[in-house]
Amino acid sequence: MMINNDRSAIPFRAHHVLQELKIIAEIPKEEFVLKCTSACAGCSDSLALRYVLKAAGPDTVLVVPACCTSVIQGIYPNTAFNVPVYNVAFAAAAACASGMSNAFRATGKKTNVIVYAGDGGTLDIGIQSMSGAFERGTDFLYICYDNEAYGNTGMQRSGGTPMGARTTTTPGGKTDAKKDIDAIIAAHDPPYMATACAAYPQDLFKKVKKALSFRGPTFIHVLAPCPPGWRYSTEKSVEMGKLAVKSGMWILYEREYGKLTLGPQSKAAMKNPVPLEDYITPQGRFKGMDPKILEILKQRITKNFKRLAAEEAQE
Amino acid sequence: MRKIATGNKAVAEAVKQAKPEVIAAYPITPQTEIVEQIAEFVTSKELGSRYIPVESEHSAMAACIGASITGIRTFTATSSHGLLYMHEMTNWAAGARLPIVMANVNRSIGPGWNIWAEHTDALQERDTGWLQVYVSTVQEAYDATLMAFRIAEHNDVLLPVMVNLDGFSLSHIMQPLDTVELGDFIPSIHLPHAIDTEKPTGYGGLTGPDQHYLFRWEIERSIRDSVKVINETEADFAHRFGRKYGLTENYRCDDADIVIVAMGTLGKEAEVAVDNLRNEGVKAGSMRIRWLRPFPKLELKGKEVVVIDRDYSFGFGGILAKSIESQIKRDVFSVIAGLGGQEVTYEDIADFVRNHRTGEEFWFGVNANV
Repeated sequence: MMINNDRSAIPFRAHHVLQELKIIAEIPKEEFVLKCTSACAGCSDSLALRYVLKAAGPDTVLVVPACCTSVIQGIYPNTAFNVPVYNVAFAAAAACASGMSNAFRATGKKTNVIVYAGDGGTLDIGIQSMSGAFERGTDFLYICYDNEAYGNTGMQRSGGTPMGARTTTTPGGKTDAKKDIDAIIAAHDPPYMATACAAYPQDLFKKVKKALSFRGPTFIHVLAPCPPGWRYSTEKSVEMGKLAVKSGMWILYEREYGKLTLGPQSKAAMKNPVPLEDYITPQGRFKGMDPKILEILKQRITKNFKRLAAEEAQE
Repeated sequence: MRKIATGNKAVAEAVKQAKPEVIAAYPITPQTEIVEQIAEFVTSKELGSRYIPVESEHSAMAACIGASITGIRTFTATSSHGLLYMHEMTNWAAGARLPIVMANVNRSIGPGWNIWAEHTDALQERDTGWLQVYVSTVQEAYDATLMAFRIAEHNDVLLPVMVNLDGFSLSHIMQPLDTVELGDFIPSIHLPHAIDTEKPTGYGGLTGPDQHYLFRWEIERSIRDSVKVINETEADFAHRFGRKYGLTENYRCDDADIVIVAMGTLGKEAEVAVDNLRNEGVKAGSMRIRWLRPFPKLELKGKEVVVIDRDYSFGFGGILAKSIESQIKRDVFSVIAGLGGQEVTYEDIADFVRNHRTGEEFWFGVNANV
């Protein structure tokens, strides 16, 4: 663990801890992801969803395209989720939610419509319907839980797979960079968008609450470490998520009416990042990665921090 | 009220009266006029629906699915490539038992780009679980659209209904249209499986080999039950508004020795051919298939049959001809005509009858004249 030598950060951190405690007290005890899901051991998608639904509450419908969550909810006639779940075809989630939201609003209902989709359904096959729904100002929350590959079909590359990662369709390591879906979403100028990570549930809870307080399309991009896909041992999902943030591979921020605020965890990481190797080495998917790619990833982290910090500094 | 309208406007007029809460559609020639007219109704507040201008047909059907499962009425319209692009979702709509109504303006499929009438688009959807009706006049386009909502939403059916009208030769031609005072002809919708956040349940999740076939069978059972619902609905429509239809529309068939079977506007054109043939002493009749799904039981005993297919299944044959042969268990004279808007007159149709060769397939314009 790096020590933060910046003295100005000390009162800030105390404030931050208090804030976190306040959020923990706020999180309802009611569970919407019930026991006996069919998730893999150590699945952080279910961990994230648990807090998403706690934040959203019972008057919520989840729209789920083909993804791990289609499986995790269980097999008919059983379901492990305690809100209505509308499963729909891979490319169709945002459009389906668009119709659903319009129908609820047309009949005076305030029901939350939340798309809960993987990186494949968001960055790749579902990008058209998502873009359309954002452009049309659909009143919904789109959550992309990103485990950086097609997990449901056994870890094939997606647009979200980082450079260097081995998947079953990139057995030599991915040669292309991760698609910047957040920049694409930002170009739609939604009232609220954020990144989050399953390893920081209080932060996720807070962001979901906030997103649902807006009218119009909102977006949360959640990094969801995946033990079988990333090839680390199952008890390390939270640790992996934290290392992603602390190394700067994943940057936490929110953008409200175009105004960007970096999360405190990422501000700290920007000043004193954990070495990227600490994040890369425990993951089997990066095994044997070309050191040149490690350098490219490091450069990308610096570039991303610079870009976001510059945006935050803007008036 | 009597007015003059195109086939497209007649559909839009019926939709205005059926008042779906949500309409999601994407324009495509020759359907565009339907969605433009509906958008105008919504803007002028003549229609209180929410109109979702989606970015594709796949999304149009997805949006209708999302809206429909909340328990409200929905409508969309498409044609040709639009229909094919939404194919994944048309299957989903039927499988999810959602009473979505869609107008499909029949148009050929590229390449090359051709915007004229052909039935291959809708026929490629014939196995999806949708009910399909094919109309032949502007009036029928209006009447069938109104009835489609009642049939789809009937709790013995709960399946989507596609109203098919021929591109240009019906969508864009003007004919008289008699609009009705709808009253309670279409009861308010009650979807038994509508989403209720107070009774959370899963929809369309993983279904194992021990269950999935049961859902397939349920679709088939409802399609079989839909025959009764269609007949009841059409009878009530005739009783209230005076216009009678049927699974097929038969014209001078009873004493006919030879019957022309077709769909859409060619089926109407065939009636003129029948009159002309009768004047020549040929005892001809016309049977226009209106409902393709459920596929009707055809009364063709003892009659020779000439089937006109405005479609084709490559490597197999005319889709109607083959369907009919499998039902009546004997050969027909199969005519492939009108593809991509190819002009087919009532004189041509009369020629098909005059020169029919049962057991053969005849491509109009390709094969030497019979």
